[in-house]
Amino acid sequence: MASNQIMFILFAAMIIVFSVLTVTSRKILRAAVYLLFVLVSTSGLYFMLNYQFLAAVQLTLYAGGIVVLIIFSILLTSHISQKFESSGWKKNVFSAIAAITGAILSIITILDYKFSATTEAAKEVDMRLIGKSLLSVDYDGYVLPFEVISVLLLATMVAAIVIAKKSGPAKTQSPTLNQE
Amino acid sequence: MLFDIVDVNSSPSLSDPWWKVFYDFSSLTHKIDSSLHNAMSQFWTTIAEMLIIGVLILLFYALIGLFLVYAERKVCAFMQNRLGPNRVGPFGIFQTIADLFKLLFKELIPIKNADSFLFNLAPFIVIIASFMAIAAIPFAKGLHAIDLNIGVLYVIAVSAMGVIGVLLAGWSSNNKYSLIGAMRSGAQIVSYELSVGLSIITIVILAGSMQLSEIVEAQRTGWFIFKGHIPAFIAFIVFLVSSTAETNRGPFDLAEAESELTAGYHTEYSGIKFAFFFLAEYINMFIVASIAATVFLGGWMPFNVGHWDGFNHVMDFVPPFVWYIGKTFFVIFIMMWFKWTFPRLRIDQLLTLEWKYLLPINLVNVLIMAFLVLMGWHF
Repeated sequence: MASNQIMFILFAAMIIVFSVLTVTSRKILRAAVYLLFVLVSTSGLYFMLNYQFLAAVQLTLYAGGIVVLIIFSILLTSHISQKFESSGWKKNVFSAIAAITGAILSIITILDYKFSATTEAAKEVDMRLIGKSLLSVDYDGYVLPFEVISVLLLATMVAAIVIAKKSGPAKTQSPTLNQE
Repeated sequence: MLFDIVDVNSSPSLSDPWWKVFYDFSSLTHKIDSSLHNAMSQFWTTIAEMLIIGVLILLFYALIGLFLVYAERKVCAFMQNRLGPNRVGPFGIFQTIADLFKLLFKELIPIKNADSFLFNLAPFIVIIASFMAIAAIPFAKGLHAIDLNIGVLYVIAVSAMGVIGVLLAGWSSNNKYSLIGAMRSGAQIVSYELSVGLSIITIVILAGSMQLSEIVEAQRTGWFIFKGHIPAFIAFIVFLVSSTAETNRGPFDLAEAESELTAGYHTEYSGIKFAFFFLAEYINMFIVASIAATVFLGGWMPFNVGHWDGFNHVMDFVPPFVWYIGKTFFVIFIMMWFKWTFPRLRIDQLLTLEWKYLLPINLVNVLIMAFLVLMGWHF
Protein backbone atom coordinates (compact mmCIF):
# COMPACT_ATOMS: atom_id res chain seq x y z
CA MET A 1 0.00 0.00 0.00
CA ALA A 2 1.28 3.43 -0.86
CA SER A 3 1.93 5.96 1.88
CA ASN A 4 -0.76 8.19 0.38
CA GLN A 5 -3.40 5.52 0.87
CA ILE A 6 -2.32 4.88 4.46
CA MET A 7 -2.55 8.59 5.25
CA PHE A 8 -5.94 8.85 3.54
CA ILE A 9 -7.33 5.90 5.49
CA LEU A 10 -5.96 7.38 8.71
CA PHE A 11 -7.57 10.78 8.08
CA ALA A 12 -10.84 9.24 6.88
CA ALA A 13 -11.07 7.01 9.94
CA MET A 14 -10.37 9.96 12.21
CA ILE A 15 -13.05 12.05 10.51
CA ILE A 16 -15.67 9.30 10.78
CA VAL A 17 -14.88 8.29 14.37
CA PHE A 18 -14.72 11.83 15.71
CA SER A 19 -17.84 12.91 13.79
CA VAL A 20 -19.80 10.14 15.45
CA LEU A 21 -18.30 11.03 18.83
CA THR A 22 -19.21 14.69 18.31
CA VAL A 23 -22.90 13.94 18.07
CA THR A 24 -23.01 11.17 20.66
CA SER A 25 -20.94 12.76 23.44
CA ARG A 26 -23.02 14.00 26.34
CA LYS A 27 -20.47 16.50 27.58
CA ILE A 28 -20.66 19.63 25.47
CA LEU A 29 -17.04 20.72 25.61
CA ARG A 30 -15.84 17.24 24.67
CA ALA A 31 -18.15 17.38 21.67
CA ALA A 32 -16.52 20.66 20.65
CA VAL A 33 -13.06 19.10 20.96
CA TYR A 34 -14.08 16.13 18.81
CA LEU A 35 -15.37 18.62 16.25
CA LEU A 36 -11.94 20.24 16.33
CA PHE A 37 -10.33 16.88 15.53
CA VAL A 38 -12.71 16.40 12.59
CA LEU A 39 -11.85 19.82 11.17
CA VAL A 40 -8.10 19.32 11.62
CA SER A 41 -8.24 15.93 9.87
CA THR A 42 -10.18 17.53 7.02
CA SER A 43 -7.39 20.04 6.60
CA GLY A 44 -4.99 17.08 6.54
CA LEU A 45 -6.94 15.77 3.52
CA TYR A 46 -6.53 19.13 1.80
CA PHE A 47 -2.79 18.98 2.48
CA MET A 48 -2.74 15.54 0.82
CA LEU A 49 -4.42 17.04 -2.25
CA ASN A 50 -1.56 19.59 -2.33
CA TYR A 51 -4.08 22.41 -1.96
CA GLN A 52 -2.17 24.06 0.84
CA PHE A 53 -4.03 27.35 0.75
CA LEU A 54 -7.38 25.72 1.47
CA ALA A 55 -5.79 23.60 4.19
CA ALA A 56 -4.34 26.63 5.95
CA VAL A 57 -7.63 28.51 5.59
CA GLN A 58 -9.42 25.50 7.07
CA LEU A 59 -7.04 25.62 10.03
CA THR A 60 -7.36 29.38 10.58
CA LEU A 61 -11.08 29.76 10.03
CA TYR A 62 -12.52 26.54 11.39
CA ALA A 63 -10.00 25.24 13.91
CA GLY A 64 -8.61 28.60 14.99
CA GLY A 65 -11.73 30.72 14.59
CA ILE A 66 -15.02 28.90 14.78
CA VAL A 67 -14.04 26.19 17.26
CA VAL A 68 -12.41 28.79 19.50
CA LEU A 69 -15.63 30.83 19.45
CA ILE A 70 -17.71 27.72 20.19
CA ILE A 71 -15.43 26.77 23.09
CA PHE A 72 -15.46 30.36 24.32
CA SER A 73 -19.24 30.47 24.41
CA ILE A 74 -19.35 27.10 26.17
CA LEU A 75 -16.92 28.46 28.76
CA LEU A 76 -19.25 31.38 29.38
CA THR A 77 -22.46 29.41 29.62
CA SER A 78 -21.94 25.93 30.99
CA HIS A 79 -20.44 24.39 34.08
CA ILE A 80 -18.16 21.39 34.17
CA SER A 81 -20.66 19.24 36.07
CA GLN A 82 -23.30 19.71 33.35
CA LYS A 83 -24.11 16.58 31.42
CA PHE A 84 -26.85 16.26 28.85
CA GLU A 85 -29.47 13.61 29.49
CA SER A 86 -29.60 10.89 26.91
CA SER A 87 -32.40 11.47 24.45
CA GLY A 88 -35.24 9.00 24.22
CA TRP A 89 -35.17 5.96 21.95
CA LYS A 90 -37.60 7.56 19.47
CA LYS A 91 -35.24 10.42 18.80
CA ASN A 92 -32.29 8.05 18.53
CA VAL A 93 -34.02 5.80 16.03
CA PHE A 94 -35.32 8.59 13.83
CA SER A 95 -32.06 10.52 13.75
CA ALA A 96 -30.18 7.30 12.98
CA ILE A 97 -32.58 6.63 10.08
CA ALA A 98 -32.13 10.18 8.78
CA ALA A 99 -28.32 9.97 9.03
CA ILE A 100 -28.10 6.53 7.39
CA THR A 101 -30.45 7.55 4.55
CA GLY A 102 -28.35 10.63 3.90
CA ALA A 103 -25.16 8.59 3.92
CA ILE A 104 -26.60 5.98 1.54
CA LEU A 105 -27.86 8.66 -0.86
CA SER A 106 -24.51 10.41 -1.03
CA ILE A 107 -22.59 7.12 -1.34
CA ILE A 108 -24.81 6.04 -4.25
CA THR A 109 -24.27 9.39 -5.97
CA ILE A 110 -20.51 9.20 -5.50
CA LEU A 111 -20.30 5.61 -6.76
CA ASP A 112 -22.46 6.48 -9.79
CA TYR A 113 -20.21 9.31 -10.84
CA LYS A 114 -17.45 8.41 -13.28
CA PHE A 115 -14.30 10.00 -11.89
CA SER A 116 -12.00 10.35 -14.88
CA ALA A 117 -8.33 10.73 -14.02
CA THR A 118 -6.57 13.59 -15.74
CA THR A 119 -3.14 13.22 -17.23
CA GLU A 120 -2.26 16.84 -16.47
CA ALA A 121 0.51 17.52 -14.02
CA ALA A 122 -0.51 18.67 -10.55
CA LYS A 123 -1.02 22.42 -10.53
CA GLU A 124 0.78 24.59 -8.03
CA VAL A 125 -1.98 26.79 -6.65
CA ASP A 126 -0.19 29.86 -5.43
CA MET A 127 -1.52 32.97 -3.78
CA ARG A 128 -1.29 35.11 -6.92
CA LEU A 129 -3.51 32.75 -8.91
CA ILE A 130 -6.13 32.62 -6.15
CA GLY A 131 -6.17 36.40 -5.79
CA LYS A 132 -6.49 36.95 -9.53
CA SER A 133 -9.31 34.48 -10.03
CA LEU A 134 -11.18 35.82 -6.99
CA LEU A 135 -11.31 39.30 -8.53
CA SER A 136 -11.61 38.34 -12.19
CA VAL A 137 -14.76 39.00 -14.21
CA ASP A 138 -13.87 36.45 -16.91
CA TYR A 139 -15.50 33.07 -17.44
CA ASP A 140 -13.51 31.47 -14.59
CA GLY A 141 -13.75 34.50 -12.32
CA TYR A 142 -15.32 34.52 -8.90
CA VAL A 143 -15.96 38.23 -8.47
CA LEU A 144 -19.75 37.92 -8.14
CA PRO A 145 -19.80 35.29 -5.35
CA PHE A 146 -16.96 37.16 -3.67
CA GLU A 147 -18.93 40.41 -3.65
CA VAL A 148 -22.16 38.72 -2.57
CA ILE A 149 -20.40 37.09 0.38
CA SER A 150 -18.79 40.40 1.30
CA VAL A 151 -22.19 42.11 1.37
CA LEU A 152 -23.58 39.24 3.45
CA LEU A 153 -20.73 39.57 5.95
CA LEU A 154 -21.24 43.32 6.16
CA ALA A 155 -24.95 42.80 6.83
CA THR A 156 -24.20 40.31 9.62
CA MET A 157 -21.71 42.67 11.18
CA VAL A 158 -24.19 45.56 11.14
CA ALA A 159 -26.84 43.26 12.62
CA ALA A 160 -24.46 42.16 15.38
CA ILE A 161 -23.68 45.76 16.28
CA VAL A 162 -27.37 46.66 16.35
CA ILE A 163 -28.12 43.73 18.65
CA ALA A 164 -25.19 44.44 20.95
CA LYS A 165 -25.83 48.19 21.13
CA LYS A 166 -27.26 49.54 24.37
CA SER A 167 -30.82 50.62 23.60
CA GLY A 168 -31.45 54.15 24.82
CA PRO A 169 -31.90 55.33 28.41
CA ALA A 170 -33.91 52.29 29.60
CA LYS A 171 -31.05 50.41 31.22
CA THR A 172 -31.66 46.75 31.82
CA GLN A 173 -29.59 44.97 34.41
CA SER A 174 -27.72 42.23 32.66
CA PRO A 175 -25.40 39.87 34.46
CA THR A 176 -21.84 40.35 33.32
CA LEU A 177 -18.64 38.48 33.79
CA ASN A 178 -17.37 40.92 36.38
CA GLN A 179 -19.94 39.94 38.96
CA GLU A 180 -18.55 36.48 39.38
CA MET B 1 5.85 15.44 -2.10
CA LEU B 2 4.78 17.07 1.10
CA PHE B 3 7.40 15.49 3.31
CA ASP B 4 10.38 15.83 1.02
CA ILE B 5 13.34 17.65 2.36
CA VAL B 6 13.23 21.09 0.82
CA ASP B 7 14.47 21.27 -2.71
CA VAL B 8 16.95 24.04 -3.42
CA ASN B 9 17.92 24.68 -7.02
CA SER B 10 21.66 24.59 -6.54
CA SER B 11 23.29 21.27 -7.32
CA PRO B 12 25.51 19.79 -4.63
CA SER B 13 29.11 19.16 -5.51
CA LEU B 14 31.30 16.78 -3.58
CA SER B 15 34.52 18.72 -4.05
CA ASP B 16 33.56 21.53 -1.65
CA PRO B 17 35.42 21.66 1.65
CA TRP B 18 33.47 20.39 4.68
CA TRP B 19 32.83 23.81 6.21
CA LYS B 20 30.92 24.90 3.10
CA VAL B 21 28.00 22.99 4.53
CA PHE B 22 27.44 25.76 7.05
CA TYR B 23 26.67 28.15 4.20
CA ASP B 24 24.37 25.84 2.26
CA PHE B 25 22.78 22.87 3.99
CA SER B 26 21.07 21.67 0.80
CA SER B 27 24.09 19.58 -0.27
CA LEU B 28 24.05 17.78 3.09
CA THR B 29 20.30 17.15 2.99
CA HIS B 30 20.54 15.96 -0.64
CA LYS B 31 23.29 13.56 0.30
CA ILE B 32 21.26 12.13 3.18
CA ASP B 33 18.18 11.91 0.95
CA SER B 34 19.97 10.05 -1.86
CA SER B 35 21.75 7.64 0.48
CA LEU B 36 18.42 6.81 2.14
CA HIS B 37 16.87 6.28 -1.29
CA ASN B 38 19.62 3.81 -2.17
CA ALA B 39 19.11 1.89 1.03
CA MET B 40 15.31 1.50 1.01
CA SER B 41 12.07 2.08 -0.89
CA GLN B 42 10.30 5.41 -1.31
CA PHE B 43 7.82 4.67 1.45
CA TRP B 44 10.44 3.87 4.08
CA THR B 45 12.59 6.78 2.96
CA THR B 46 9.72 9.14 3.68
CA ILE B 47 9.19 7.52 7.08
CA ALA B 48 12.90 7.69 7.91
CA GLU B 49 13.17 11.34 6.85
CA MET B 50 10.13 12.23 8.91
CA LEU B 51 11.70 10.48 11.91
CA ILE B 52 15.05 12.23 11.47
CA ILE B 53 13.42 15.65 11.14
CA GLY B 54 11.13 14.91 14.07
CA VAL B 55 14.00 13.94 16.36
CA LEU B 56 16.06 16.95 15.28
CA ILE B 57 13.18 19.34 15.90
CA LEU B 58 12.46 17.72 19.25
CA LEU B 59 16.09 18.14 20.28
CA PHE B 60 16.16 21.73 19.10
CA TYR B 61 12.88 22.37 20.90
CA ALA B 62 14.22 21.11 24.22
CA LEU B 63 17.53 22.95 23.96
CA ILE B 64 15.91 26.25 22.96
CA GLY B 65 13.39 25.86 25.78
CA LEU B 66 16.13 25.31 28.36
CA PHE B 67 18.20 28.18 27.05
CA LEU B 68 15.29 30.64 26.85
CA VAL B 69 14.28 30.01 30.46
CA TYR B 70 17.84 30.72 31.55
CA ALA B 71 18.02 33.80 29.29
CA GLU B 72 14.75 35.13 30.67
CA ARG B 73 16.00 34.83 34.25
CA LYS B 74 19.29 36.50 33.42
CA VAL B 75 17.63 39.32 31.46
CA CYS B 76 15.11 39.81 34.26
CA ALA B 77 17.95 39.97 36.79
CA PHE B 78 19.81 42.46 34.61
CA MET B 79 16.74 44.70 34.35
CA GLN B 80 16.23 44.55 38.13
CA ASN B 81 19.89 45.08 38.97
CA ARG B 82 20.37 41.57 40.38
CA LEU B 83 22.71 38.69 39.51
CA GLY B 84 20.17 36.01 38.63
CA PRO B 85 20.98 32.30 38.77
CA ASN B 86 24.70 31.90 39.52
CA ARG B 87 25.19 28.78 41.64
CA VAL B 88 24.72 25.75 39.37
CA GLY B 89 27.65 25.66 36.95
CA PRO B 90 29.56 28.68 35.67
CA PHE B 91 27.20 31.74 35.60
CA GLY B 92 24.40 29.36 36.57
CA ILE B 93 24.02 27.91 33.09
CA PHE B 94 22.99 24.50 34.43
CA GLN B 95 20.23 25.99 36.60
CA THR B 96 17.44 25.23 34.11
CA ILE B 97 18.64 21.63 33.69
CA ALA B 98 18.35 21.21 37.46
CA ASP B 99 14.88 22.76 37.30
CA LEU B 100 13.93 20.38 34.50
CA PHE B 101 14.89 17.35 36.62
CA LYS B 102 12.94 18.75 39.52
CA LEU B 103 9.84 19.07 37.32
CA LEU B 104 10.31 15.57 35.90
CA PHE B 105 10.41 14.01 39.37
CA LYS B 106 7.40 15.88 40.71
CA GLU B 107 4.13 14.14 41.35
CA LEU B 108 1.35 14.50 38.79
CA ILE B 109 -1.58 15.44 40.99
CA PRO B 110 -4.91 14.18 39.62
CA ILE B 111 -7.84 16.55 40.16
CA LYS B 112 -10.92 14.90 41.57
CA ASN B 113 -13.71 16.90 39.97
CA ALA B 114 -11.90 17.75 36.77
CA ASP B 115 -12.73 16.46 33.32
CA SER B 116 -9.69 14.18 33.21
CA PHE B 117 -9.72 13.58 29.44
CA LEU B 118 -9.66 17.28 28.55
CA PHE B 119 -7.38 18.05 31.49
CA ASN B 120 -4.73 15.69 30.15
CA LEU B 121 -5.31 16.63 26.53
CA ALA B 122 -4.84 20.39 26.97
CA PRO B 123 -1.02 20.52 27.46
CA PHE B 124 -0.56 18.31 24.40
CA ILE B 125 -2.67 20.59 22.19
CA VAL B 126 -0.58 23.57 23.28
CA ILE B 127 2.68 21.77 22.59
CA ILE B 128 1.59 20.17 19.29
CA ALA B 129 0.50 23.57 17.95
CA SER B 130 3.92 25.08 18.60
CA PHE B 131 5.60 21.95 17.23
CA MET B 132 3.71 22.18 13.95
CA ALA B 133 4.62 25.82 13.56
CA ILE B 134 8.33 25.27 14.07
CA ALA B 135 8.42 22.79 11.16
CA ALA B 136 7.80 25.51 8.57
CA ILE B 137 10.45 27.94 9.73
CA PRO B 138 13.56 28.39 7.54
CA PHE B 139 16.60 28.12 9.82
CA ALA B 140 19.27 28.49 7.16
CA LYS B 141 19.75 27.91 3.47
CA GLY B 142 18.49 24.38 2.81
CA LEU B 143 17.61 23.82 6.47
CA HIS B 144 13.86 24.01 6.14
CA ALA B 145 11.60 21.03 6.90
CA ILE B 146 8.49 21.96 4.87
CA ASP B 147 8.49 24.83 2.40
CA LEU B 148 4.78 25.37 1.85
CA ASN B 149 3.75 27.90 -0.77
CA ILE B 150 1.58 29.60 1.85
CA GLY B 151 4.18 29.28 4.62
CA VAL B 152 3.33 32.49 6.46
CA LEU B 153 -0.39 31.74 6.54
CA TYR B 154 0.34 28.20 7.76
CA VAL B 155 2.51 29.37 10.64
CA ILE B 156 -0.10 31.92 11.76
CA ALA B 157 -2.88 29.34 11.44
CA VAL B 158 -1.10 26.65 13.41
CA SER B 159 0.38 28.79 16.14
CA ALA B 160 -3.07 30.25 16.85
CA MET B 161 -4.39 26.79 17.69
CA GLY B 162 -2.52 26.79 20.98
CA VAL B 163 -5.28 28.93 22.46
CA ILE B 164 -7.62 25.92 22.30
CA GLY B 165 -5.33 24.12 24.72
CA VAL B 166 -5.35 27.12 27.05
CA LEU B 167 -9.15 27.34 26.98
CA LEU B 168 -9.53 23.61 27.62
CA ALA B 169 -7.01 23.70 30.47
CA GLY B 170 -8.88 26.52 32.15
CA TRP B 171 -12.30 24.94 31.85
CA SER B 172 -11.43 21.35 32.68
CA SER B 173 -9.51 22.28 35.86
CA ASN B 174 -12.86 23.13 37.52
CA ASN B 175 -11.30 26.13 39.22
CA LYS B 176 -12.52 29.71 39.02
CA TYR B 177 -9.06 31.22 38.72
CA SER B 178 -8.27 28.90 35.86
CA LEU B 179 -11.56 29.65 34.12
CA ILE B 180 -11.10 33.43 34.36
CA GLY B 181 -7.51 33.09 33.13
CA ALA B 182 -8.58 31.00 30.17
CA MET B 183 -11.38 33.40 29.30
CA ARG B 184 -9.05 36.38 29.32
CA SER B 185 -6.54 34.51 27.25
CA GLY B 186 -9.19 33.56 24.71
CA ALA B 187 -10.47 37.12 24.25
CA GLN B 188 -6.92 38.39 24.02
CA ILE B 189 -5.60 35.91 21.47
CA VAL B 190 -8.66 36.02 19.22
CA SER B 191 -8.46 39.80 18.97
CA TYR B 192 -4.69 40.17 18.66
CA GLU B 193 -4.51 37.54 15.95
CA LEU B 194 -6.03 40.11 13.58
CA SER B 195 -3.18 42.51 14.11
CA VAL B 196 -0.54 39.82 13.70
CA GLY B 197 -2.13 38.70 10.44
CA LEU B 198 -2.60 42.19 9.03
CA SER B 199 0.92 43.35 9.86
CA ILE B 200 2.32 40.30 8.07
CA ILE B 201 -0.01 40.89 5.10
CA THR B 202 1.60 44.33 4.79
CA ILE B 203 4.91 42.62 4.12
CA VAL B 204 3.34 39.94 1.93
CA ILE B 205 2.14 42.77 -0.34
CA LEU B 206 5.73 43.99 -0.60
CA ALA B 207 7.19 40.50 -1.11
CA GLY B 208 4.49 39.31 -3.49
CA SER B 209 4.65 35.82 -2.03
CA MET B 210 3.69 33.88 1.08
CA GLN B 211 6.37 31.23 0.64
CA LEU B 212 8.91 31.71 3.41
CA SER B 213 11.89 30.71 1.28
CA GLU B 214 10.87 33.24 -1.39
CA ILE B 215 10.35 35.94 1.22
CA VAL B 216 13.88 35.34 2.49
CA GLU B 217 15.29 35.23 -1.04
CA ALA B 218 13.60 38.54 -1.93
CA GLN B 219 15.56 40.18 0.91
CA ARG B 220 18.95 39.44 -0.63
CA THR B 221 19.26 43.06 -1.74
CA GLY B 222 17.95 44.51 1.50
CA TRP B 223 15.79 43.56 4.45
CA PHE B 224 12.10 44.37 4.11
CA ILE B 225 12.19 46.70 7.08
CA PHE B 226 14.55 48.92 5.04
CA LYS B 227 13.01 48.20 1.64
CA GLY B 228 9.49 49.11 2.71
CA HIS B 229 10.70 51.96 4.97
CA ILE B 230 7.80 53.76 6.75
CA PRO B 231 4.90 51.25 6.43
CA ALA B 232 7.24 48.30 7.00
CA PHE B 233 8.56 49.88 10.15
CA ILE B 234 5.05 50.58 11.44
CA ALA B 235 4.11 46.99 10.64
CA PHE B 236 7.17 45.77 12.55
CA ILE B 237 6.20 47.73 15.67
CA VAL B 238 2.59 46.53 15.44
CA PHE B 239 3.79 42.98 14.95
CA LEU B 240 6.04 43.17 18.00
CA VAL B 241 3.24 44.47 20.23
CA SER B 242 0.54 42.13 19.00
CA SER B 243 2.73 39.04 18.92
CA THR B 244 3.82 39.70 22.50
CA ALA B 245 0.13 39.74 23.35
CA GLU B 246 -0.54 36.61 21.36
CA THR B 247 2.08 34.62 23.25
CA ASN B 248 0.49 35.69 26.57
CA ARG B 249 3.64 37.40 27.75
CA GLY B 250 3.94 40.45 29.93
CA PRO B 251 2.78 43.23 29.84
CA PHE B 252 -0.15 41.28 28.36
CA ASP B 253 0.06 38.27 30.69
CA LEU B 254 -3.44 38.72 32.10
CA ALA B 255 -4.16 35.05 31.54
CA GLU B 256 -1.74 34.10 34.29
CA ALA B 257 -1.61 37.31 36.29
CA GLU B 258 -0.02 35.86 39.42
CA SER B 259 -1.14 38.63 41.74
CA GLU B 260 -4.84 38.07 41.07
CA LEU B 261 -5.23 34.60 39.56
CA THR B 262 -2.36 32.62 41.19
CA ALA B 263 -1.25 31.12 37.86
CA GLY B 264 -4.31 31.44 35.63
CA TYR B 265 -5.12 28.53 33.40
CA HIS B 266 -2.30 26.26 34.59
CA THR B 267 -2.93 26.67 38.34
CA GLU B 268 -3.98 23.04 38.76
CA TYR B 269 -1.22 21.50 36.71
CA SER B 270 1.86 19.95 38.27
CA GLY B 271 5.05 18.21 37.24
CA ILE B 272 5.71 17.61 33.58
CA LYS B 273 2.26 18.78 32.47
CA PHE B 274 2.99 22.18 33.94
CA ALA B 275 6.40 22.04 32.26
CA PHE B 276 4.64 21.55 28.91
CA PHE B 277 2.74 24.82 29.30
CA PHE B 278 5.86 26.55 30.50
CA LEU B 279 7.95 25.23 27.62
CA ALA B 280 5.28 26.00 25.03
CA GLU B 281 5.16 29.61 26.18
CA TYR B 282 8.88 30.04 25.52
CA ILE B 283 8.79 28.15 22.23
CA ASN B 284 5.87 30.30 21.07
CA MET B 285 7.98 33.33 21.85
CA PHE B 286 10.78 31.81 19.81
CA ILE B 287 8.43 31.08 16.87
CA VAL B 288 7.01 34.59 16.90
CA ALA B 289 10.49 36.08 17.09
CA SER B 290 11.73 33.95 14.22
CA ILE B 291 8.74 34.99 12.11
CA ALA B 292 9.61 38.60 12.85
CA ALA B 293 13.24 37.90 11.95
CA THR B 294 12.28 36.09 8.75
CA VAL B 295 9.63 38.46 7.49
CA PHE B 296 11.06 41.81 8.55
CA LEU B 297 14.76 41.31 9.21
CA GLY B 298 15.75 39.09 6.31
CA GLY B 299 15.81 35.63 7.92
CA TRP B 300 19.19 34.02 7.37
CA MET B 301 20.26 36.68 4.83
CA PRO B 302 23.39 38.58 5.88
CA PHE B 303 23.32 42.34 6.30
CA ASN B 304 24.37 43.79 2.95
CA VAL B 305 24.57 47.44 2.02
CA GLY B 306 24.33 48.50 -1.64
CA HIS B 307 27.79 48.67 -3.23
CA TRP B 308 30.03 48.34 -0.20
CA ASP B 309 31.61 45.20 -1.61
CA GLY B 310 34.25 44.75 1.08
CA PHE B 311 31.70 45.17 3.87
CA ASN B 312 29.25 42.82 2.13
CA HIS B 313 31.96 40.21 1.72
CA VAL B 314 32.78 40.28 5.42
CA MET B 315 29.08 39.98 6.25
CA ASP B 316 28.63 37.06 3.83
CA PHE B 317 31.43 35.26 5.69
CA VAL B 318 29.21 34.83 8.77
CA PRO B 319 27.18 31.59 8.32
CA PRO B 320 23.43 32.09 7.62
CA PHE B 321 22.44 30.05 10.67
CA VAL B 322 24.31 32.51 12.91
CA TRP B 323 22.50 35.41 11.27
CA TYR B 324 19.16 33.74 11.79
CA ILE B 325 19.82 32.94 15.47
CA GLY B 326 21.25 36.40 16.09
CA LYS B 327 18.22 38.19 14.65
CA THR B 328 15.80 35.90 16.45
CA PHE B 329 17.48 36.46 19.79
CA PHE B 330 17.52 40.19 19.16
CA VAL B 331 13.72 40.13 18.82
CA ILE B 332 13.44 37.84 21.85
CA PHE B 333 15.53 40.26 23.89
CA ILE B 334 13.18 43.11 22.92
CA MET B 335 10.20 41.02 24.04
CA MET B 336 11.87 40.25 27.38
CA TRP B 337 12.65 43.93 27.75
CA PHE B 338 8.91 44.63 27.27
CA LYS B 339 8.01 42.11 29.93
CA TRP B 340 10.28 43.42 32.65
CA THR B 341 9.78 47.15 32.11
CA PHE B 342 6.07 47.68 31.44
CA PRO B 343 3.29 47.26 34.02
CA ARG B 344 0.53 44.78 33.25
CA LEU B 345 -2.51 46.10 31.37
CA ARG B 346 -6.12 45.69 32.51
CA ILE B 347 -8.43 43.66 30.28
CA ASP B 348 -10.33 46.73 29.04
CA GLN B 349 -7.10 48.60 28.31
CA LEU B 350 -5.87 45.56 26.44
CA LEU B 351 -8.93 45.35 24.22
CA THR B 352 -8.95 49.14 23.68
CA LEU B 353 -5.34 49.00 22.53
CA GLU B 354 -6.17 46.35 19.95
CA TRP B 355 -9.54 47.45 18.60
CA LYS B 356 -9.20 51.22 18.81
CA TYR B 357 -5.52 51.70 18.02
CA LEU B 358 -3.64 48.77 16.49
CA LEU B 359 -6.37 47.57 14.12
CA PRO B 360 -7.14 50.96 12.48
CA ILE B 361 -3.42 51.74 12.24
CA ASN B 362 -2.90 48.38 10.60
CA LEU B 363 -5.71 48.77 8.08
CA VAL B 364 -4.44 52.19 7.00
CA ASN B 365 -0.91 50.81 6.91
CA VAL B 366 -1.91 48.02 4.51
CA LEU B 367 -3.42 50.64 2.19
CA ILE B 368 -0.27 52.77 2.36
CA MET B 369 1.90 49.77 1.58
CA ALA B 370 -0.27 48.77 -1.39
CA PHE B 371 -0.06 52.34 -2.71
CA LEU B 372 3.70 52.37 -2.21
CA VAL B 373 4.15 49.11 -4.11
CA LEU B 374 1.88 50.30 -6.94
CA MET B 375 3.82 53.55 -7.30
CA GLY B 376 7.15 51.75 -6.95
CA TRP B 377 8.29 53.98 -4.10
CA HIS B 378 9.98 51.18 -2.21
CA PHE B 379 13.66 50.41 -2.58
